[in-house]
Amino acid sequence: MANEVKLYGATRSPFVCRAVIALNLKGIKYELVVEDLSNKSADLIKYNPVYKKVPVLVHNGNPISESLVILEYIDEVWNGVPILPQDAYEKAQARFWAKFMDDKCFPAVFKAVISHGEEQAVAEAQEALQFLENELKVKGSKFFGGDNINLVDITATFVAFWIGAVEEALGIELLPKDKFPKLTEWSDNYVNCQAVKDSLPPRENLVAIYKKRFGKA
Amino acid sequence: MFKKSVNKGMEKVKLFATWSSPFVKRIIWALKLKNIEHEIIYEDLANKSPELLKYNPIHKKVPVLVHNEIPICESLVILEYIDETWKDAPRPLLPKDPLDKANQRFWAKFSDDQVLPSFYGYIMKQGNEKEEAKETTLAHLKRVEQLLSEKKFLSGESVGFLDLVFGWLAENSRPLEVVTGLKLFDEDSFPNLCAWRDKFLEVPAIKESWPDQETLIAKYQEINLSKGK
Repeated sequence: MANEVKLYGATRSPFVCRAVIALNLKGIKYELVVEDLSNKSADLIKYNPVYKKVPVLVHNGNPISESLVILEYIDEVWNGVPILPQDAYEKAQARFWAKFMDDKCFPAVFKAVISHGEEQAVAEAQEALQFLENELKVKGSKFFGGDNINLVDITATFVAFWIGAVEEALGIELLPKDKFPKLTEWSDNYVNCQAVKDSLPPRENLVAIYKKRFGKA
Repeated sequence: MFKKSVNKGMEKVKLFATWSSPFVKRIIWALKLKNIEHEIIYEDLANKSPELLKYNPIHKKVPVLVHNEIPICESLVILEYIDETWKDAPRPLLPKDPLDKANQRFWAKFSDDQVLPSFYGYIMKQGNEKEEAKETTLAHLKRVEQLLSEKKFLSGESVGFLDLVFGWLAENSRPLEVVTGLKLFDEDSFPNLCAWRDKFLEVPAIKESWPDQETLIAKYQEINLSKGK
């Protein structure tokens, strides 16, 4: 049976980018179906009726939604560069941090962005990000995954790339180098990984989008 | 930081818990289904033990599974850890097929991100907010009803991961009905869900877990009474 892989996405989405990175990391050939999120396709609604969101991976006609679920699926179906560790405990740690990223970090960062960098919101975002900073300090490795990127690094793509774009667009500071030396170093290393480089949207596009969407008039 | 070490000999499993947490209960059920000997430490959340704070410094919450002194936090993470560490004993909680697994993980997230919060809102809120929460929850439950249309359990032929994740619904719906008078779903509109609830509560590992249905009713009544209702 032909291996048909489609990814329904939008280039501005950090969640879609996770899936793109995973697919590129594994060298999987796929078709990107670009969605206009203000005018969602009938296919997207059919494949993700619960949330009607991107990304959705469609593998041989079977849809998989939710970026972290997609990452685990990709890792289980395709061999090659591993996304999750083999050891059950290491796996649990990776899942814990990925969940922390989505449950705590992302919402706090989002709140800081839509409030145009309001002091309290920024403080709360930095409080969440501090846990990531500490984790890198304690691990003492190049990436959350050790010498190579893993699920946690991929989940943190929005930290490495999207935060910078938003900072520029809004003229706010979320991740200053002096407060977050480890995360800053990690971001530089992470965006230079080949699979990541191949997957990121052009930064100036993101900046323009965010200036329009969140910037002050 | 906890460094994992190979511990030959006795497997020690501790679970930091509270009686009322839906997230804790699913772990107790998993440990019982897998016949894993464990010790449960009940926490007073108003006065958390130094051990809990040591093992879960970031969230300071239950459940925390401590396996040979190594902590694992977040109930869905714990469930997968248990399944991967005690493989096949007596049988897996999650299916082998990646697509089936992905579906269960998707719906597990749906339980915790959507259904549980709206259900909680329905029980706790008042007036219009209560009505809205009710409508939202019913819409979510219609999806769960559909999941059960061709299956005995949410995980398939036998009880598994997704049943444990949604178990809070099976376990709490009747006791809360009795205590608050709020009946969210009935046999006519949700036949599959009601049948699943009965079957789930009859599974020995579930039936034999504390607190049971009678104890839950008593405990909810206690809370209700102390609020002067």
